[in-house]
Amino acid sequence: MRDVCCVGVGMSKWGEVWERSLRQLFVDAATAAIKDSGVDHLDSLHVGCMSGGMFIGQEHIGALCADYLGMRGLPATHVESACASGGIAVRQGYIEVAAGVADIVMAAGVEKMTDCSGDDATAALAGAADKEYEVFHGATFPGLYAMMAHAHMHKYGTTPEMLATVSSKNHENGSMNPVAQYPFKVSVDQVLSSVMIADPLHILDCSPITDGASAIILTTEEIAKKLGKPYTKITGSGLATDAIQLADRTDLASIPSAALALERALKMAGKKLSDIDFAELHDCFTIAEIIIMEEIGLYERGKAGPAVLAGETRLDGKFPINTSGGLKAKGHPVGATGVAQMVELHKQLLGLAENGRQLKTSPKVGMAQNMGGTGASSAVHIMEVA
Amino acid sequence: MAGIVGYGAHLPRHRIKVEEIAKVWGADAPSYKKGLMLREKSVPPPDMDTITLSVEAARRALIRAQNVDPKDIGAIYIGSESHPYAVKPSGTTVAEAIGATPDIHCADFEFACKAGSEAMFVALSHIDSGAMPYALAIAGDTSQGAPSDALEFSAAAGAAAFIMGKENLIAECLYTHSWMNDVPDFWRREHEFYPQHAGRFTGEPAYFRTTMGASEAILKKAGMKPSDFKYAIFHQPNGKFPQRVSRMLGFTQEQIDPGWLAPRLGNTYSGASPIGLTATLDVSEPGDLIFMCSYGSGAGSDAFVWKVTERINEVRDLTIRTHKLLDENLTYVDYGTYAKFRRKIKKNY
Repeated sequence: MRDVCCVGVGMSKWGEVWERSLRQLFVDAATAAIKDSGVDHLDSLHVGCMSGGMFIGQEHIGALCADYLGMRGLPATHVESACASGGIAVRQGYIEVAAGVADIVMAAGVEKMTDCSGDDATAALAGAADKEYEVFHGATFPGLYAMMAHAHMHKYGTTPEMLATVSSKNHENGSMNPVAQYPFKVSVDQVLSSVMIADPLHILDCSPITDGASAIILTTEEIAKKLGKPYTKITGSGLATDAIQLADRTDLASIPSAALALERALKMAGKKLSDIDFAELHDCFTIAEIIIMEEIGLYERGKAGPAVLAGETRLDGKFPINTSGGLKAKGHPVGATGVAQMVELHKQLLGLAENGRQLKTSPKVGMAQNMGGTGASSAVHIMEVA
Repeated sequence: MAGIVGYGAHLPRHRIKVEEIAKVWGADAPSYKKGLMLREKSVPPPDMDTITLSVEAARRALIRAQNVDPKDIGAIYIGSESHPYAVKPSGTTVAEAIGATPDIHCADFEFACKAGSEAMFVALSHIDSGAMPYALAIAGDTSQGAPSDALEFSAAAGAAAFIMGKENLIAECLYTHSWMNDVPDFWRREHEFYPQHAGRFTGEPAYFRTTMGASEAILKKAGMKPSDFKYAIFHQPNGKFPQRVSRMLGFTQEQIDPGWLAPRLGNTYSGASPIGLTATLDVSEPGDLIFMCSYGSGAGSDAFVWKVTERINEVRDLTIRTHKLLDENLTYVDYGTYAKFRRKIKKNY
């Protein structure tokens, strides 16, 4: 296998981007990444997108994106794994470069979520759950994660304050991210006094719906060196699946696919968890960040909440999590999220994170965990300074 | 220049509180109160519709117009999205009721929430053209929001009437400007009972873009700036939107206060900024400049620059002030009564 380097990253505007369509958002991110990298062509394109069909009635995303990027003829693939679509697009791009099938590959993600009503968006997102056994019976994602939160609270004594602190921390980081949908701080009290969505999750415990795209350029070390600019390396890629239905899990307060994907990524990278300096975790709901912190072995079960309260995952903490603002503050255009996590790792590792959110510790190794549904799929990548 | 010779408003006395609606639907009242700045809204009782509201407002406008003979009114235009009939004008009934028939031109206007300001705009044009001595423009609605929809917390009732003329003005219209673009933010198709809307899309690309477009254009046309005005009135689908757009333009809370009725009145749709104008005229002084900008989904805005004359002191208290209608003699109803009043209960016969 060849080493895989990341030589450029790009993001579109994120938020309620009324004036840009799905294809325009993609082109904005893709051209930014190409410009950042300095490459003069692409050999292949993988685009993560959860549900162009349900959000805007558009399928055939791979060809659409290649066409509007001005690259008709380019091999292009649409990758779908619900909210992990972006992470798996990165993995597909990684595999293609590593295997020697293509030399310069773009891994991108895009989602256009605000052109439909809130009800329609909720229904589209619910497609990531088990339609027959969960959705038909009325389950939505806030409801499912609320059950996971209750299970975690019951088992380990996790409190609403701990959940709210995750949101507050991510908003603080997001306030320094120029592309964040909600670039402002919120206090723990504001989270706790915000509207209840599904007990115990308040609206400020939930990631938003977002329009946005992100893209990274992956290539070989030989080409990366020729481009003559600082680059990063993806040294591990892990993917794992689990029961699609929450009720089929042995423990509602855990997300085993995250641990399994990390184990595989670490093995590939020849690293252990203690080698990792910081992480982007899939905080679709605040409880998810807490469960994943425990799942990947960063904290014992029941200890992640108190660690968040103690500030251990803040920018200046011993293991910073979601320096980008996470899904909570940066936004969650589902197909683009997994790629945007890699954008943040790349920036942090090269010292390019904007507006004071750059880690002062000169991090060498970062990880990104991107997840579909309630954890029926997880993609984990390890990125390192070259 | 044409302007306002007489003005009047009418509001129902019934109110329902946001909490009462929220209680029924399991909605979060504080998010409507704080997020949209809505406390309560007016509710029309069963015997009140756009026509009866219009008659009351028109009679008050005639009182303030003092010596205008209704027979001299050459046109009656009523702007509403709740005309009681789909086919048959509201204006005929209102014109009969005030004794303005038969030598009069009549049309009902529709442009979502700016139908009323459209009526004002066209009435002013008739006066400017010299076609008639007086023209009556009425803005009124008994607006509907689907049960449990966000609109139900704001959809309210009220009307304002303005007799436009050239002599004995209360307020001269110095400038008008209309601004329009095609935006599908809010609509009701034929045979549908309740309007539909595109959620948050009704804000930034619709209300704010259009209101800013019209406001900036008329300020440029007039060579004026927000600080030149004593007061300003904007369309008010809730309390928050007009407050925000006024700040974006550089107006202050003090400037919008007299006409900022939505937190207590709700959204009277076509009536919103025109009723706000009546409340503002009630407290204005000779020489005051008043800025007004309506908004109608679809989407467009009509903007006006008014200059108040000496006559305001003479006519202001000839009939009831709008704030008195808003504040006094109120009856609060529960959701059941409101549902009955608004014919939301199916009786199956």
